[in-house]
Amino acid sequence: MTSGPHAMGGPGLVSGVRQAWTRQIMGLPVSVHLRGPGDPAARERAVAAAFAELERADALFSTYKSESQISRINSGDLAVADSDPLVREVLGLCERARELTGGSFDAWRIGPRAGAVDPSGLVKGWAAERAAALLAGLGDDHYLNAGGDIALNCVAPLAPFWRIGVEDPRDPGRLLGVLALRSGAVATSGIARRGAHITDPVTGAPATALLSATVTGPSLLWADVLATAVIARGGAPLDWIAGLDGYEALAVAADGQLTHTDGFALQPA
Amino acid sequence: MRRITFAFMSTVAAVVLLFSYRTSTGGASPPVAVAAGAPGIVSGQVDPSPSPAAGTGDDTRAGASPVPAPAATSAPSPAAKPKSSKLVVNGSVAQTRWGPVQVQVTLTSGRITDITAIQYPQGNGRDAEINSYALPVLHDQAIQKQSAQLDGVSGATVTSDGYTESLQAALDAAHAG
Repeated sequence: MTSGPHAMGGPGLVSGVRQAWTRQIMGLPVSVHLRGPGDPAARERAVAAAFAELERADALFSTYKSESQISRINSGDLAVADSDPLVREVLGLCERARELTGGSFDAWRIGPRAGAVDPSGLVKGWAAERAAALLAGLGDDHYLNAGGDIALNCVAPLAPFWRIGVEDPRDPGRLLGVLALRSGAVATSGIARRGAHITDPVTGAPATALLSATVTGPSLLWADVLATAVIARGGAPLDWIAGLDGYEALAVAADGQLTHTDGFALQPA
Repeated sequence: MRRITFAFMSTVAAVVLLFSYRTSTGGASPPVAVAAGAPGIVSGQVDPSPSPAAGTGDDTRAGASPVPAPAATSAPSPAAKPKSSKLVVNGSVAQTRWGPVQVQVTLTSGRITDITAIQYPQGNGRDAEINSYALPVLHDQAIQKQSAQLDGVSGATVTSDGYTESLQAALDAAHAG
């Protein structure tokens, strides 16, 4: 499902063209928006490469595909040492994520069974960040949204901010507020869309204290990991996020209570 | 109507803020600007009679909530006042790294219908490039999407099923044509 581009620039103006593309990858809607003076052909190539990057990640990591490397590792058919370098990179990142979150993000304890590894919670942000990097050379502002997790950047010094609405988990048709960002990432984890799907690795119980957690920061990979970890930790204070340079968090409790780190700059919608 | 005033004043402030980004890191731009227009109301007047929750105040409120339809801003609001009033306001002059910037905002019945930069950097090719790109985008953002003024939405994993009904889908469609 790919939509064609549409020029928004006014007649007679040199540029200011904005385009959007969408495609379904990993069972998720993925949107790319570009705005700026970029060459149309170069844009098409870069967006195709970004989508291809996500599809490659899906082929390597999907736990729903029996032929993926992760499925083969879990079935004992493939040794980690013999796997694709990208698989080894991701498993290394999963280990770092486990350490960074004090075990709240543990790819080895959220899998379908003991001993299996499920890096899905990290792969989406990792792959989306890599895909967005392929848009960086265009000279355009870019915005990539993979199922609600966003990587974005502004190139021109006077370019308007990207304005990102943060969904209200109690009513997905409404917003909690808006983030105005020029670079970096926004990731939201929660139980709103698919029911309780995050397990507290420490207790093994489904994490239900929070409805959603949104994290902003320079890296989508880590923003996504941290958002998942905030959910897994339930109602725990967010001080540990505030202690990470460049990252801020917002949590919505089951009773609707909002908590956030001091630097989480949510504006009224 | 007072609420409307705040709404557009904050919009003017936001637009000026966009232009003044990085001012603090700016170089030695001269602080003296050629005054293209005095800040404040140029023509028209603010309706002094405050309207209860239903009137244009509600219009502002409705405008702030996300409506999952790309055509929402062009659809007439049922709560809009029948009387049309036009107001033209100059923003204050913002000193930016590239020179002074000032915008003029036109409001019709409380909604922004036009934004023009009446003063902006024109010193070199780079300025022209930035202006030719940023000004139309600002214009589009302010006018076409003032209801939500959103580029995207972050939420817990959006499934394919939910996507078609989501605000993100509307935003994608608005730009994909």
